[in-house]
Amino acid sequence: MKNEKKKILFGEFVTGAALTRALEMGPEAVVTEVKASNLRGRGGAGFPTGLKWELTAKQESDEKFVICNADEGEPGTFKDRLLLMEQPEKVLEGMAIAGVAIGAKQGFIYLRGEYVYLKKELEEAISSMEDRGFLGSRINGGDFSFSVEIRLGAGAYVCGEEFALISSMNGYRGEPRNKPPYPSEAGYRDKPTVVNNVETLCYIPYIVTKGAQWFKEHGTRASTGTKLFSVSGDVKHPGVYELELGITVNQLLAEVGGEGAKSVQVGGASGLNVAEKDFDQPICFEGLPPGGSIIVFGHQRDMLHVLKNFMEFFVEESCGQCTPCREGNYRLLEGVRMLEKGECSVRYLKELEALCDVMKDSSKCGLGQTSPNAFLSIVENFKTEILYR
Amino acid sequence: MTAGIRAATDELQDVLRKFGKNRTDLLPILVEINRYFGHIDSNSIIEVSRYTGVPIGEIHGVITFYSFLGQKKRGRFVIRLCRTISCDMAGKDQIVRVLEKELGICFGETTDDGMFSLEYTNCIGMCNNPPAMLINDKAYGGLTPERVVEILDSFKLSEYQDMFGYGGVE
Ligand SMILES: Cc1cc2nc3c(=O)[nH]c(=O)nc-3n(C[C@H](O)[C@H](O)[C@H](O)COP(=O)(O)O)c2cc1C
Ligand code: SF4
Ligand code: FES
Repeated sequence: MKNEKKKILFGEFVTGAALTRALEMGPEAVVTEVKASNLRGRGGAGFPTGLKWELTAKQESDEKFVICNADEGEPGTFKDRLLLMEQPEKVLEGMAIAGVAIGAKQGFIYLRGEYVYLKKELEEAISSMEDRGFLGSRINGGDFSFSVEIRLGAGAYVCGEEFALISSMNGYRGEPRNKPPYPSEAGYRDKPTVVNNVETLCYIPYIVTKGAQWFKEHGTRASTGTKLFSVSGDVKHPGVYELELGITVNQLLAEVGGEGAKSVQVGGASGLNVAEKDFDQPICFEGLPPGGSIIVFGHQRDMLHVLKNFMEFFVEESCGQCTPCREGNYRLLEGVRMLEKGECSVRYLKELEALCDVMKDSSKCGLGQTSPNAFLSIVENFKTEILYR
Repeated sequence: MTAGIRAATDELQDVLRKFGKNRTDLLPILVEINRYFGHIDSNSIIEVSRYTGVPIGEIHGVITFYSFLGQKKRGRFVIRLCRTISCDMAGKDQIVRVLEKELGICFGETTDDGMFSLEYTNCIGMCNNPPAMLINDKAYGGLTPERVVEILDSFKLSEYQDMFGYGGVE
């Protein structure tokens, strides 16, 4: 952690205290507290966590599952890696509390293949917590049991999308599908399942012990709490920062030594490119996308080159299931190559922009729905630089 | 059947025995075979199909979906260089040239002695310390030409990194 001000996630933590408290409170009170905190998912989509838990808790089923989404693949993010490396017990305790809330006995960490080196330490953390009675059978000597297993991914960005992730764990190609049913109804092995991001789960122990009211003192009204930002690119101090939601781009740049930037990619490749004129905008669910990936571009950077890198990423990672995403990203990349050669007319660029709208409306999952944002925002911010080379 | 194939089949059975036979065991089985043998050959696919009851065609479909799983033999050490933007801006192209020159192969190829394969990958979550690459299970950040040469030499001199062990971050 770069910033000295310890806010929530890197504050004091005693393993097991929150789980003990959650068991005393009981499932309903836990769900109520998490709902009251207004915590929203930190994996990108921002779904209210308490509501997700409530929907899953309500399902009647002999088995339910908790999945920790550790597929962290968005270009520019590495905060989940840091949490898993430095705070594995916090992640595991968050999962166990989710288990209490929804009535699950089994949890999984879906760990991206690129992070396989974390597997051993995570397994050690699991057995250490089992030895101390915080995981495994009859936790705290009571009736509640919860165990955790690790499942490895194998190099596919789209598997971070929750339906794709479940499909991958179920032994199929990791392809997204249409909803409903939602994972809360039919997830892992078709049983009710909660999927939460690593960081989301890490706030849970604090909300349980310190209360929703305390949590809401951080952030804005619609975006409560803090957020981990993974900062990279042209900055003096790259790294992970815990900052208040609602922070402006300017404030963030001052914190990380990124003053004088040409533009900032907020929310990763699938987020938005933000130019200097908009640096006073806040990053939160009601503002710029709070995915947490912050890539800073200095004035020497060629923004068309940046855009090309992003489009190559999407072409490669599209699962190819639906035409707007498979063909659309390819066409956008082709457009970038034409722009590079100075062969793209203003009229054709307009056509590509219209194609972006089609992709947003008709792609099946978040990948195809958000990939045009990189294209649209960079083209809008740097039209002259890009068109007249 | 030659002794070699029989031995490989025995090893495969040892790997399979560690897993259940449900559809949900399929990905963990394939990941483990890929780690153990470096790839998943057609004999393995037949055995996995027998073991789990999943049709061969579907197993193919799953393998081709994931970039880390492959049916083609890769080198003993697979080098995956990140080509995403933060690494790109930090001088990835220079690292590309060093790797290709030192190993005498291009990206997408394997050295004749079967030691190294060169591949690209997308962001590996090391963007705070770019450029970065994975070699099998280990991540290396802050790459410079000198450091790349040092790392390659350490692999050539001693095979200190067991292919089946778990790496770390350097
Ligand atoms: C293409 C794509 C990739 C995603 N990758 C991740 C990821 O790596 N990690 C993650 O937590 N969520 C990812 N998500 C979001 C998940 O679908 C899901 O919303 C999230 O895991 C839910 O957890 P949360 O509510 O705690 O955020 C991705 C979504 C899409 C569309
Ligand atoms: S939008 Fe793209 S990644 Fe998502 S399902 Fe369609 S083709 Fe696959
Ligand atoms: S961009 Fe290379 S590790 Fe993230």
